Amino acid sequence: MPNALRAVPNAFSALGDPTRRLIFERVAVAPSAVGALAAGLPVSRPAVSQHLRVLKEAGLVTESADGARRIYRLDPRGIAAMRDWLDGHWAAALAAFEQFVDEQQEDDPS
Amino acid sequence: MTIAPIVRTVTVKATPARAFDLFVSNMERWWPLSHHIGKTPFAAVVMEPTVGGRWFERDASGAECQWGTVMAWEPPSRILLAWQLNNQFEFDPAFLTEVELSFAPADGGGAKVTLEHRNLERFGVNAEKLAGELGGGWPTILADFVGYADANSVERETTS
Repeated sequence: MPNALRAVPNAFSALGDPTRRLIFERVAVAPSAVGALAAGLPVSRPAVSQHLRVLKEAGLVTESADGARRIYRLDPRGIAAMRDWLDGHWAAALAAFEQFVDEQQEDDPS
Repeated sequence: MTIAPIVRTVTVKATPARAFDLFVSNMERWWPLSHHIGKTPFAAVVMEPTVGGRWFERDASGAECQWGTVMAWEPPSRILLAWQLNNQFEFDPAFLTEVELSFAPADGGGAKVTLEHRNLERFGVNAEKLAGELGGGWPTILADFVGYADANSVERETTS
């Protein structure tokens, strides 16, 4: 829904990059450090860090310290952006339906 | 992690049966015009009135974009839909969130229409992983629902 896509914050455009999406999905499975996320990916560790920075700025992941390591985990607020958009969508759709039913009753009082 | 479902209710001036019919027949007559995923505006929004039916938009040239699938069809009171547009607004048959609609008599007349959109946490989950978690993916789920509908349909029991 093109209009809608513009209304959804960066959270979801940040997932357009396939590598970034893969990293996000790994974080979604389990909180992870950069090293663990980079293992098995065809990109360098600094590149993974860069992707994590974008995901963090988009509100999709958060980081916390575990000793010297930084642990990345899913940020529920990112999913919440999608929820907010859908909530607005359904509010608009049901309001339109309510108005439509009113009009039908006037046209055809059955 | 779970995300609270979206629940929205409106009361309309029609019986539940008529509200059900108006909702599902020619949805393009009321669906917000800007809410489409096709490249061009929709000419029709179709919900095929059967379990397993498709829910899709069709533009003036006849091009179709599927939104989801009908999981339960119980006029005049209930519809369960699979919303299968992922977080890129692309149809993905392996992705599934549920939208349940109920049509009930309202206090004081009219119909109370309640919509619940749930499983929203799945927008953050990879579709392949989801299919694995659900055990065989969409065809299995659909078969389960057909069985569920058959087993729970009072109308079918009394007419068959």
